[in-house]
Amino acid sequence: MKGGLEIAAVANGHAISAEGLVKVYRSRKSEVRALDGLDLAVDYGTVLGLLGPNGAGKTTAVRILTTLLRPDAGRASVAGLDVVRDAQALRCQIGLSGQYAAVDDNLTGRENLWLFGRLYQLPSSDARMRADDLLERFELSDAADRTVKTYSGGMRRRLDLASALIGRPRLLFLDEPTTGLDPRSRLGMWDVIRGLVREGVTLLLTTQYLEEADELADTIAVVDHGRIIARGTADELKSQVGGERIEVVVHDPGAMTRAGELLSGDHGGDVNMDQHTRRLTVPAHRGVDGLVQVVRDFDGAGIKIDDIALRRPTLDDVFLSLTGHAVERAEAEEDGTSAAAPAAAGRTT
Amino acid sequence: MTATGLRTLAPAGGGLRQTLADSLIVAWRNLKRVPRIPELAIFAILQSIMFVLLFAFVFGGAIPLPGGGNYREYLMPGIFAQTIVFASATTAIGVTEDLHKGILDRFRSLPMARAAFLAGRTVSDVVYNAGILVVLMLSGLVVGWTVHTGLANLLAGVGLLLMFVFAMSWIGVWLGLGVPSVEVAQQVAFTVLFPITFVSNVFVPPQTLPSWLQPVAEWNPTSTLTASLRELWGNPNPYASTAFPSQYPVLVTVAWFVVIVAVFAPLAVRRYRSMSR
Ligand SMILES: Nc1ncnc2c1ncn2[C@@H]1O[C@H](COP(=O)(O)OP(=O)(O)O)[C@@H](O)[C@H]1O
Ligand SMILES: [Mg+2]
Repeated sequence: MKGGLEIAAVANGHAISAEGLVKVYRSRKSEVRALDGLDLAVDYGTVLGLLGPNGAGKTTAVRILTTLLRPDAGRASVAGLDVVRDAQALRCQIGLSGQYAAVDDNLTGRENLWLFGRLYQLPSSDARMRADDLLERFELSDAADRTVKTYSGGMRRRLDLASALIGRPRLLFLDEPTTGLDPRSRLGMWDVIRGLVREGVTLLLTTQYLEEADELADTIAVVDHGRIIARGTADELKSQVGGERIEVVVHDPGAMTRAGELLSGDHGGDVNMDQHTRRLTVPAHRGVDGLVQVVRDFDGAGIKIDDIALRRPTLDDVFLSLTGHAVERAEAEEDGTSAAAPAAAGRTT
Repeated sequence: MTATGLRTLAPAGGGLRQTLADSLIVAWRNLKRVPRIPELAIFAILQSIMFVLLFAFVFGGAIPLPGGGNYREYLMPGIFAQTIVFASATTAIGVTEDLHKGILDRFRSLPMARAAFLAGRTVSDVVYNAGILVVLMLSGLVVGWTVHTGLANLLAGVGLLLMFVFAMSWIGVWLGLGVPSVEVAQQVAFTVLFPITFVSNVFVPPQTLPSWLQPVAEWNPTSTLTASLRELWGNPNPYASTAFPSQYPVLVTVAWFVVIVAVFAPLAVRRYRSMSR
């Protein structure tokens, strides 16, 4: 049976492929078109970063690829196995770490791993050994016999990732693996993920942060409203966006319009204005020289500056440049620096 | 231990052996929470004991049994039945929690037998409630309840109770998979369960109820279960009428069991399957 799977995978060519995936969530009151013709192709041994704002359809795509959800239209296969027809065989090949850590609070870390290992159909002794290995690897050995209730957000995340790895999957799906982690835990998680990639797993990772996709992914696919609107390497996307940005915060909200005119005159690029925070952003084609120019211009026009900085492009900039509109934040979501995500957060929000 | 040795391919549907093994693993996981959150079991038992104290010692004197008999001996089988019926709320809450904390997604992403999540839940419910019943029966002995008819009848009654746990468990699973939050699961369960257990023969003989409620109380599965236990164990069992459920409580109880399982098990399975839609 295994040989057959390998052949199917080779015949298909891609580790993960999706064509025209459509998913509509229907309820009595509304219809949400979460995926609207999504196409993907990921080669074996590579990392795809699925980058998009909250509500873009990332989680829906991951849920379809991991057999949790059936697509309404289109087809997808993972390791050459169809996500609908061959669901059970497919589950033997993958590991999933969802957007919120899905571990049992009332079990210890070790018990969680043993449980998931057994249900991955490992023999009990293998499950136990594998659990020990993973606890050690994720620096959870000391906490292995404590109930997960007592774990920090970062520890829960690591245990969740360890659970996804229990069966040594060839393909790994990580849905926003660092959302809700503090900066230090985030760096730790990046290291762990890089280690896995070195070992040769194929990885699909979703994120809201360009920086994260940049750090971890070989190729990036940008999702918006359930479609891929751009794909390429991080460098390709960034050059498309135009590299660094100048960000100015003006003191007087009334000066926004004039400031915008000055910036677009000077720099020619799209100016992104946020009235609420009195922040203006523009591509910085001339680096520090451009920055100095802005200070001079604003000074000359009598516009008082509260803050000015040169910074690297963010997802918002990629969006602005790709879609002509800024990211619509449907709801305030935890940003990367906030405390751990609530344990009981909803399934797909 | 090699990498390939670890990756085993499960049969596509999950054969009977795998289903059994996986169900037991899920049941083990569900039961682990009992010692980890002892408050759950303690309060389930205390709640039942509180009903015993309330009715046996506070109202008990005011509730005459037609045909005489010891009220506490009359009450205890009702308390056992009530506890079992309420257990479905615990099931619903547990299932809702698994659903919304993402554990169920993790299970569904694993190559485990498809039926194992549901089957494991019903197995752990039966085991857990068997434990609760033992404690309650011991408490019953303390307040004067007893079985007059021997071991075989005692076991027959316990068997009937556990069958009902299994049936109620399916209702709990069905409910738990359909509600948006744990709080809603709790509210729905108790809103439905309170009338079911009170419009019955658990605390008062049905004769004392308004006449239009009497048929409801007589056919109520909580009543037929309670009457079956009283009949099986030789505890006082005053009949409200010559209606069928009063004459043949065991038969009607078994029929209820079959109907509940036949209706709610497929409904629960359907809800479980439709999660991927
Ligand atoms: N279970 C659901 N029922 C209804 N709408 C949903 C459900 N899950 C997600 N959505 C909606 O589908 C869209 C895509 O959601 P999701 O895939 O979670 O996006 P992302 O993971 O990129 O934030 C959003 O508009 C979201 O509100
Ligand atoms: Mg998401």
